[in-house]
Amino acid sequence: MNWDFLILAIITIVGISTPILLAGLGELVVEKSGILNLGVEGMMLVGAISGFAINVYSGNPWVGVAGAAGAGALSGLLFGFFVLTLRSNQVATGLALTIFGTGLSSLIGLSFVGRIVPQFGSVFPPELARDPVLKVVFGYSPIVYFALLMVVLVAWFLKSTRSGLILRAVGENDLSAHSIGYNVIGVRYAAIAFGGAMAGIGGAYFSLVITPMWAERMTAGRGWIALALVVFASWKAPRLLAGAYFFGILMWLELNAKAGGLSFIPGAQAIPSQFWAAMPYVMTVVVLTLISMRNRAGLNAPACLGKPFLPAT
Amino acid sequence: MDTELAPRLALSGITKRFPGVLANDNVSFSVRPGEIHALLGENGAGKSTLVKMIYGIMQPDAGEIRWDGQVIRVANPKAARRLGIGMVFQHFSLFEAMTVLENIALGMDARIPGRELESSIRQVMEQYGLKLDPHRTVSTLSVGERQRIEIVRALLLNPRLLIMDEPTSVLTPQEVEQLFVVLRQLATEGCSILYISHKLHEIKALCDTATILRGGRLVDTCDPRTETSRSMAEKMIGAGLKEISKPASRALGDARLVVNRLSMAAIGHFGTALKDISFTVRAGEIFGIAGVAGNGQNALLLALSGEESSEDSEAITVDGAPVGQLSAKQRRLRGMASVPEERNGHAAVPDFTLSDNTILTARDRLGMVSAGLIRTGAASTYAGEVIASFAVKAQGPASMAGSLSGGNLQKYIMGREILQKPSVLVVSQPTWGVDAGAAAAIHQAIVDLAAAGSAIVVISQDLDELLSLCDTLAVINEGRLSRAMQVAEADVHEIGLLMGGIHGEQASAPAREAAIAG
Amino acid sequence: MQVKLEKRPEPSRLMLVVTPIASVLLTMAIGVIVFDLLGIDGFRAVIDIFVSPILLSYKWQDVAVKAAPLIIIALGLSIGNRANVWNIGAEGQYIIGALCAAGIGIAAGTTGGPIIILMMLLAGMAGGTAWASVPAGLKTRFGVNEILSSLMLTYVAVQLLSYLVGGPWKDPNGRNFPATAPLQPEQTLPILIPGTTVHLGIAIALVLPFVFWLIMARSVFGYQIRVVGSAPNAARHGGFDSDQTVWLSMLIGGAMAGLAGALEFAGALKAINLGFPSGYGFTAIIVAFLGRLHPIGVLIAGIVLAITYVGGQVAQTTVKIPNATAGIFQALMLFFILASDVLVRNRIRFVRSPRAGSGQAASQTAGGE
Repeated sequence: MNWDFLILAIITIVGISTPILLAGLGELVVEKSGILNLGVEGMMLVGAISGFAINVYSGNPWVGVAGAAGAGALSGLLFGFFVLTLRSNQVATGLALTIFGTGLSSLIGLSFVGRIVPQFGSVFPPELARDPVLKVVFGYSPIVYFALLMVVLVAWFLKSTRSGLILRAVGENDLSAHSIGYNVIGVRYAAIAFGGAMAGIGGAYFSLVITPMWAERMTAGRGWIALALVVFASWKAPRLLAGAYFFGILMWLELNAKAGGLSFIPGAQAIPSQFWAAMPYVMTVVVLTLISMRNRAGLNAPACLGKPFLPAT
Repeated sequence: MDTELAPRLALSGITKRFPGVLANDNVSFSVRPGEIHALLGENGAGKSTLVKMIYGIMQPDAGEIRWDGQVIRVANPKAARRLGIGMVFQHFSLFEAMTVLENIALGMDARIPGRELESSIRQVMEQYGLKLDPHRTVSTLSVGERQRIEIVRALLLNPRLLIMDEPTSVLTPQEVEQLFVVLRQLATEGCSILYISHKLHEIKALCDTATILRGGRLVDTCDPRTETSRSMAEKMIGAGLKEISKPASRALGDARLVVNRLSMAAIGHFGTALKDISFTVRAGEIFGIAGVAGNGQNALLLALSGEESSEDSEAITVDGAPVGQLSAKQRRLRGMASVPEERNGHAAVPDFTLSDNTILTARDRLGMVSAGLIRTGAASTYAGEVIASFAVKAQGPASMAGSLSGGNLQKYIMGREILQKPSVLVVSQPTWGVDAGAAAAIHQAIVDLAAAGSAIVVISQDLDELLSLCDTLAVINEGRLSRAMQVAEADVHEIGLLMGGIHGEQASAPAREAAIAG
Repeated sequence: MQVKLEKRPEPSRLMLVVTPIASVLLTMAIGVIVFDLLGIDGFRAVIDIFVSPILLSYKWQDVAVKAAPLIIIALGLSIGNRANVWNIGAEGQYIIGALCAAGIGIAAGTTGGPIIILMMLLAGMAGGTAWASVPAGLKTRFGVNEILSSLMLTYVAVQLLSYLVGGPWKDPNGRNFPATAPLQPEQTLPILIPGTTVHLGIAIALVLPFVFWLIMARSVFGYQIRVVGSAPNAARHGGFDSDQTVWLSMLIGGAMAGLAGALEFAGALKAINLGFPSGYGFTAIIVAFLGRLHPIGVLIAGIVLAITYVGGQVAQTTVKIPNATAGIFQALMLFFILASDVLVRNRIRFVRSPRAGSGQAASQTAGGE
C-alpha cells in the first residue's frame, strides 16, 4: 500500500459520500418530523439539472447551488402539498415524485447536454489544496465542507434547540403535539422543504462537481442509498456522517472491483463489484431488523413515520 | 371584602348543556386555599365537564367562576395556567422516545433554557420528594413515574389550584401513598387541590371536603372524614333509586357460560388487568356487570369474545366445552356472540354496507360461505331481515354502516347477533348514546333472547339499565369482579361501595401491585 | 378563510369514477402548457403520448406487451395496499422472478416445451414469493417496517441480476456483453397472434383481473383483506388474523411480481440484460392507485400507463423529447388521483378560520380504557 493510493482513496470516498450525506441529512429531518418522502432521487435530479442550468445562465456555481436548493425545496413542497394538505398517501406520492423528477430533469436537460459550466474554486489557498498530503483535508469542493457543517448544524438543531425538540415531538406523536398546540402541518412543511433543498444540493454535487456536465439520470440511484443511509444511521445525525463514509467506502470498493479488483486486500479480486453495491442495502435491512427487535427504549425511529396525520376536527 | 378570606375558587350556578344532555345543572361550591376538595360521582355525573370549564377547555353556558373573589372567564388552558391553575389528566399522552426533561419542556408555555429548566425541575422534585431522572427516556418509565412527569410539569408553574383527574387509577398502592404525601404537602403550603375520584376510601383518607355530583347536579357538600363510605356511596348512587320492577323471576336453566378464575395481563399502559374473574350465567339469565369506566370492562369483553385468548382453556366454558383458547371465529361457531362497546370500527365497519357487515360475524353460523366464496344473496337477505325485525332506519342492505345514526347502527348490530340465536351473548354498553326508543327496543330484544334460553352478559356503566334488565348483578372494580347478587335482593348501597372500590376484604392490594408490575 | 374537509357519510360513487378520468384529462392539459413553456409543441407532444398509440394500430401490440407486466404486478400490489400492507419492493420481486425463470431455462439447456415453460413460470412465482417473504417475515416477527425493507431488497435484487448476467450466466457467445443467452425458441411463451409480439402473458394479464375481481369481491379472503385495511379492530372482532393477512398479501404481491418477471422474460425479452429492471415494479404502484385498487380499474390503468410508455417512444422521435418524459405524465396522473381521493371521501368547505387560542393545552381527556 502506498500513500498516493490511500490519499486518492480518501479523496474519492469523501467525494462520493457527499451527495448521499447531503440528501440523507435532509431526509433525516423530514423523517424525524414523521414523514417518509421516497422522492429523494427525484428531488436530487431536479436539483442536479436546476443547479446546472442556473450555473450555465449565471456563470456562477454558487448561484447554481442556491438554485438547486430552491428547486429541490420546491419539488419537496409539491410533495408536501399532496401529502400534508390533501393527505394523499406518502409512499405512492413519494414514488411519483421520483418518477416526476426523473422525467422533468430529462426534459429540461435536453438543451443542456454537452454544455460546460464554470466550476467552484478552492475554498483554501491553492497551495494547500494542491499539496499531495494536505489535499486530503483542503482539497475538496466547497460543497463538501458545507455538508460537514450541515451535519453539525442538523445535529445541534435536533438535539439542542426548541424548534428541533418540537420537530421531533411532531414526528414522535403528532396528535399529542397537535393537542399541546403545535402546528404539525407547518412543522412538516418546513421539514420537507429543507429535505428537498438538501437533496437538491446533493444532486447539484453530481452536475457541478463530480462531472461538471449534464447527463440523464446522472444521480444513478444515490437517492435510494440516501434513504437507506437514514435508516442505517438509525435517525441520528452523527451516525449519518459515519454511515455516509462507510457507504462511501463500499461504493469505492464497488468502483475498484469494477475496475478489476483491489490490489491490496488479498483475495479481494474474487469479490464481485455487485457484492459491494448490494452491501449498503443488505446492511440497512439488518440494522432495521436489529432496531425493531430491541424494545421501544432503544428505538429511534420516529413513531409516526409514514402514517397519516388525522386529528379529530 | 378581605381577599385573605375569599375562597380561592368559587363556582356559582354553573350550567353546561350538550345536545340532549344537561351535563352540569346549576352547580355551586367553593374551594378554600390549602383545601383538598374531592369531586365525587359516577360516570356521567358531570365531574369531567365541570373541571374542563375550570381549566378553560370548555366554557359554561351559565353561572360564574370566581378566582380569589374576582369573577373571571377562563378562555383557554393557557389562561388557566397563567392564573395558577394546573391540571394532571387521567390519560396523559407523553412523547415516548423523548426524555423527561424534553417532555416537560414541550408542555411549558414559556421558553426556558434547558439547564435552567432542569435545575427548577430538580428543585421541585427535591421539595416534594418526587424521584425522577430528567434524562430518562419516557418509554422506560412506569405509569406512576409518567404521572410524576405531569405532576412536576404542573408544579413548575407554582399552581395555586391543582386539579387531579382520577390520579390513582393507574398507580400501585405504594405510589398512591407517595402521591398523597405530595398532595398533603402542597396543601399545607397553601395550594388548593381539586381531587376527582370515585374511590371512597381514598377520599376519606385524603380530602377535607367532598362535593358529590349525580346526574349533573350537586347532591351534597360534606366532610368525608365524618361521613361513612356507605353514606357517601348512597349520595353518589342515589338512595331513593327508582323501584326495581322485574317480572316474576323466570325459571333459569342449566349453566351455559361458566367463567372460572379468568386472569389476563393489561393491554397497553392504560389497560386494566383481569384478576381471577369467576361467574356463571345460566340459560335464560341476564347477568349484569356494573362498574365505573376503565375498571376492566373492555378487557373482559375482549376476553369473552375471543379477540384476546386466555392462557387457560378451562377459564371459559360454553355449555360445558372449554373455549378459553379458541379464536373469536371458533367461539362464534360454538354459539358465543358478542357486541363490543365501540360501534364504528369495532363492532361494525363503517365503510362497508350493512349487507357486508353481516359477513363479519354471521358468515359461518348462517352459511354465508360456500367453497371460500361469499353468498352475497344470503348476506343481503339476512341484512334485510335484521333491518326489518329491529326496525332499523336505513335505506336497505346496501346502505353504508357509517351512514346510520348511532342508535340505528346499534340496533342493527344487536339484531345481527341476536337473530343468529346465540347460546351466549356478551354485550357491552348496549344503549350508550342511543335514544330512548331504540334503547327500549334493544332491552326488549335482550329480554326476549334470554326468554328463548340464551345466557346473556350485559356490561354497562348505567346502573339503572342493569337494575331494570338483569336477573343477576356483579360489580367490576380494578379488574376484579365482586360476588354475584340477585338483582331482586340487591342492596344499592353495597353496589355503590363496590363501585367505589370498597371490597368486603381489603386484601386486594398485593395482587393489584403484582398485576401492574407484570 | 380556511379550507375545511368534511367527511362524507358515504364515499361518493360518482367521484370514484369521475376522478380517474379527470386526472388523465387534467394531466394532458397541464402537459400542453408545460411543454409550450419549454418551447416544445405541447399539443403535438400530448397527442403523441396519449392518443397516437391508440390511433396507430401497429402500436397496439407494443401497448399490450407493456401493459401485461404492469397489470399483473399491480393486481398483486392492490391486494396488499387494500390491507394496508405496503410492499413497494415489487421491482425486486419482479427481477427475482425473471432470474428464477432464467435459471430454469438455463438448466433445461436446449429442452423446451410446455412443461419447461410452465416450470419457468412457477419458478418465477416462487422466486417472487420468496423475495417478498423476507419483508413479510421481518414485519410479522420483529415489526420491521415493510416499506423500507422491501424497498432495500429491490436494490439487492438489482445487484444480484447484475452479478448473474455479468458473471455465471453471461452468454458465452455474446461478445462479452452482460446478458444471458437468448432462450431457445421452444422455451419462449407461445405467440397468440401470428406475426405479432402478442404472447401468452398478455392473455394471462387479461384474465387475471377478473380472477382477482372474483376473489376480492366474492371470497372470504377478499373480505378479510378489505376489513383488515378498513377497520383492523373490526377484523379482529370478526376473527381475522392480522399477521396472516400480512403474510398472504405480501406473498401474493411477490408471486404476481415474480410471475410478471417470468412472463416478461419468457414472452417479451427472451434474455436478461442490465436493462431488465425497467421500473415496472414502481410504475405498477401508480397503476394500482390509478385503478383505485380495483382489479378492473387496474386493467384499464395498466393500459393507460402502457399507452404513455409507447407514446413516449413515439414522441421521442416526433417532437424529440426524452423517453423519461412519459414519467412526468405518469407521476402527474398519480398525483391527481391521490389528491382526488380527498374529494371522494370528503366535501370541501370554506369556513372562516376560528381564532383558536394558540395555547390549546394538553386536552387528552378521551375516555375509555
